[in-house]
Parts: sequence; C-alpha cells; structure tokens
Amino acid sequence: MDGSEWRRLHPTRRQVLESAAALAILGYTRASFSAEVDPAAIALSPADPSVAALPVRLTVNGTEHSLTLDTRTTLLDLLREHLGLTGSKKGCDHGQCGACTVLIDGRRINACLSLAAMHDGDNVTTIEGLADGERLHPLQAAFVQRDGYQCGYCTPGQICSAAGMLREYKAGWPSAVTEELSAQVELSDAEIRERMSGNICRCSAYPNIVAAVRDAAGETL
Amino acid sequence: MKAFTYERANSVAAAARAAAEKPGAKFIAGGTNLLDLMKLEVETPTHLVDVNRLPLAAIEDTADGGLRIGALVRNSDLAADPRVRQNYAVLSRALLAGASGQLRNKATTAGNLLQRTRCYYFYDTTKPCNKRDPGSGCSAITGFNRIHAIVGASDDCIATHPSDMAVAMQALDANVETAMPDGSVHTIPLTQFYRLPGATPQLETALTQGQIITAVTLPPAPKGTQLYRKVRDRASYAFALVSVAAIVETAGGKIRAARLAFGGLAPKPWRVAEAEHTLEGSTPSEAAFAKAGDAAVAGGRGYGHNDFKLPLVKRTLNAVLTAATRAA
Repeated sequence: MDGSEWRRLHPTRRQVLESAAALAILGYTRASFSAEVDPAAIALSPADPSVAALPVRLTVNGTEHSLTLDTRTTLLDLLREHLGLTGSKKGCDHGQCGACTVLIDGRRINACLSLAAMHDGDNVTTIEGLADGERLHPLQAAFVQRDGYQCGYCTPGQICSAAGMLREYKAGWPSAVTEELSAQVELSDAEIRERMSGNICRCSAYPNIVAAVRDAAGETL
Repeated sequence: MKAFTYERANSVAAAARAAAEKPGAKFIAGGTNLLDLMKLEVETPTHLVDVNRLPLAAIEDTADGGLRIGALVRNSDLAADPRVRQNYAVLSRALLAGASGQLRNKATTAGNLLQRTRCYYFYDTTKPCNKRDPGSGCSAITGFNRIHAIVGASDDCIATHPSDMAVAMQALDANVETAMPDGSVHTIPLTQFYRLPGATPQLETALTQGQIITAVTLPPAPKGTQLYRKVRDRASYAFALVSVAAIVETAGGKIRAARLAFGGLAPKPWRVAEAEHTLEGSTPSEAAFAKAGDAAVAGGRGYGHNDFKLPLVKRTLNAVLTAATRAA
C-alpha cells in the first residue's frame, strides 16, 4: 500500500472535520432525505386522536408546503422532522444557543421557540435556502475562507443569524454597544460580537466567525 | 409539552372572550418565554389564543405628545424606532441590553411585561416553588439565591422580575392599556401593574383572566439625561444582577428632578419615591448619591448568595448618577 492509498483509507481527523464542516456550511447532513423518505408519508397527524391537529401552510426556501400538524409542533420540528431540512440545528431547544436560527421574511428568529402554527402564511429561509444554486452565499463562502467553525454544529445558525444581523445593521438599528443611538455606526468587531451574542459556539471559533462576518459584510451590504 | 388546543384570534374582543371562557387558556404572542416554560411543563395551558394577527403592532404619537406602543410591537422594532431613540433613550437602551437579536425580533411589548421569573427553582419542576405550585414552599430562600430579590420579597417567594424594558418604562411613568372581555378599556399605571408576592406569589399582575394588554403608553418625553446601566455575569445576553434606569434633570449645578427605577432587585421593576426626593435640589456628590441608594433599598436584606447586591446597587447607582450629572 503506497502513501496515497493509506491516506485514502485512513483519512486524518482534519480531513474528516473539513468534510463535515463543508456539509454544515451547505446545510446538507442528509442530502438524499427527500429521496429516501416521502415527507407526505410521515405521520403528519398526531397518532393520538385526542391530540389537537391543525392545518398549516407556509413557504420554505421558495417551496410552498401544506401540512396538518400537532399543535405542539415547533417551527424547528416542522423543518427538521416534517420537511427533512435538518440544516437548522436543535441545540438547547430553549432559545439560548441560536443553533436553530432561521429567517422569516429576512428577520432572524429562534425556530425552537415558535410554534409552526404561528407561521401560517410565512416565508421561511433556512441555511438550505441561502446558496444560489452551486454558488455559495457570501457568508457561507466567508465562513469557509476564514475557517469560522470547528465541529460545525452551530454554523447554520451562525450564518442565518449573520444574514439577519447584516440586514438589521443596514437598516440603521443600534446595538447595546452603539455609543450614539441615533447615528449610523461602523460595523466594528465589538458591534459584530454584540449583535451575534445570541449564537453560542462550543468550539469557541469566535475570532474566525467575527472575521467571516466582517468579510461578508462588505459583499452583502 | 402538554397537549393544547389552539385558535387564532381575529379581534381584540374575540381574543379576550376566548381566554375568559376557558380557565386554562393563555394568550400567545412572541412565545419566547411561554414556549420555553411549556416545554418544561412549568406552564401547562390547555388552550392557546394566538394574538399575533391582531392590529396591535403600531407605534403612534399621542395627542398629548407622548407615545402609544402597541402590545405586539416587537422589542427590536421598539428599540430601533427613531422616536424612541431620540426621546426615550432609556427605553431603547434597556431593550438593547436584554436578550439576543433573535429573541428581540420575536418578543413583544406585552409579552416582555408578562414574562416570568428566571428563578432556578421556578424552572425546576422537581423542586418546591410557591409561585409554580402554591403552598409547596420556597426552595430559593435557603437554597442558591444569587440572582434573587433583596427588596419587595416575602417569606413565600424571593424571585425577581427579569425584564429590562419594564424597568425603563417604570422610570418613564408608563401606563398599560388593557381590554376586558366585555369590550371595556382599563388603563393601569405600570406602578400598579405588578403585585408583590406576599403569601400569593402565583399572582403577579393586576390582570384578570381574559383581560388583554393592547398597548403601553408613555407620557411626553421627560427633560434630562436618560441612562440605563446593567450589571450582569456576561458582557451580553444575560439577565441583570442589578440594573438602573435613571432620568436626571440638572439646573444651575443642582439636581432639579430625578427618576430612578431598578431591575434585578425585586419581584417587580423597583421605584422608590423617597430615593428620588432625596436627590431633588441637591448638589451632585457621592454622599448625595449614597443617600439615594440607601433609600432605594431601605428595609432590604440579602439571603446569603445575593448579599452582594446591596453594595452593588449603590455603586451602580453612584456610577449612573455621576455620569448623568457630569455636565451639571
């Protein structure tokens, strides 16, 4: 066995992590989900007939969906369990970590702390909907370029949050570290850190996340 | 999460009636605190009335020169509103000091007022808690009580109210506008909106079942410097250990008027008239600020882990008043 064959059969930890991180950037963890499971075939109505169900229609990444759901279904569970969009992650499930961040008409929210029923008629964008075909969203490209992750679990939430945050910044919204409330401020690293504080990274890749957001801000603003 | 039925309300009156007819009903707006608590089965409503489609999301100028903030105005929209940034900076600052960008985009004005305490024992359904399970006892008084109240508490509950927004609104003399199931409108001054725990910590506000908040109104912007200072364990995205909202007017080197409200100290946004009166007419000095701090926590006590809050609030107030009177 020559060296290249050995490396092919025994990938380094780094190579495995790079592949996993690339999948996280794209939101792909189960690329063939729709092929192997027909979402319509999943038990959309609760198994227990005493449990209340209700119809919900919404648009996710440009595709309309019409479902009947247990009233308790969160937006995050709708995305992950019913539509197979597992890019949005369930970290804490209590709005503390930001891994589930998605965009509703461009505004970032925690998908775990919202009922699917509350989003009837809404337009949802998840990490799976950010890229333009094969072309990465500027934030996705910047996270790859800057190595803005280690394990990648928080990355979809970080990127969706950053997309929403840059829109808020562009609209002139102040933050807790903005000195003059009524002035348009420069997007300093301190501003990025404060505005992104709702997204936790257990690997502590914060310096590279800040760098990626700083890079992408120039492209997306 | 316990099962519940769900409906979307089409009018304020219909929402109020729907909640009044079902004793286990709750309104849901942003849901950022209610769903958190429902997942832990701390809250177990049997019916949810979704009020998100009601026309209560506007911020309007009032005839008297104040502001009317609809119950469904999201925290982020309120913090960014140019009128709030210009005339009610303390409110904008308090909102921006709370939660995260994602949560502020979802959380509403009324929901922020009605959020529940973050007392660890209230959240832990395996522990006694008089607020969650009346009569079961208070685990915090003899437990780990670092984040708990030093004023306004009782032998049955020492939980604090966690809102930043409400602290600023308390300093701004806000009023809470509500609608009853019979269609009548009741306005409650924010100073009378929250109840102290006493022997019934499960009763937190003056609201009755079915009574729905429709707006918060602010009187015309007060004169003076507005500041909000929050002391917490992390630089961002953490609840206050102590916070101070201050509106201070100076003239001729003296304090003409002062309004002070405190967060993290009590079961409600804490405002003490005596603390404000001691400052009126005084020359800014550490001694004058200390006297106001003493008045603000008069009769207060620590429970062990939170003893530090007594000196901390006085130092925080001193820092805020020093900054507010710097130009005097």
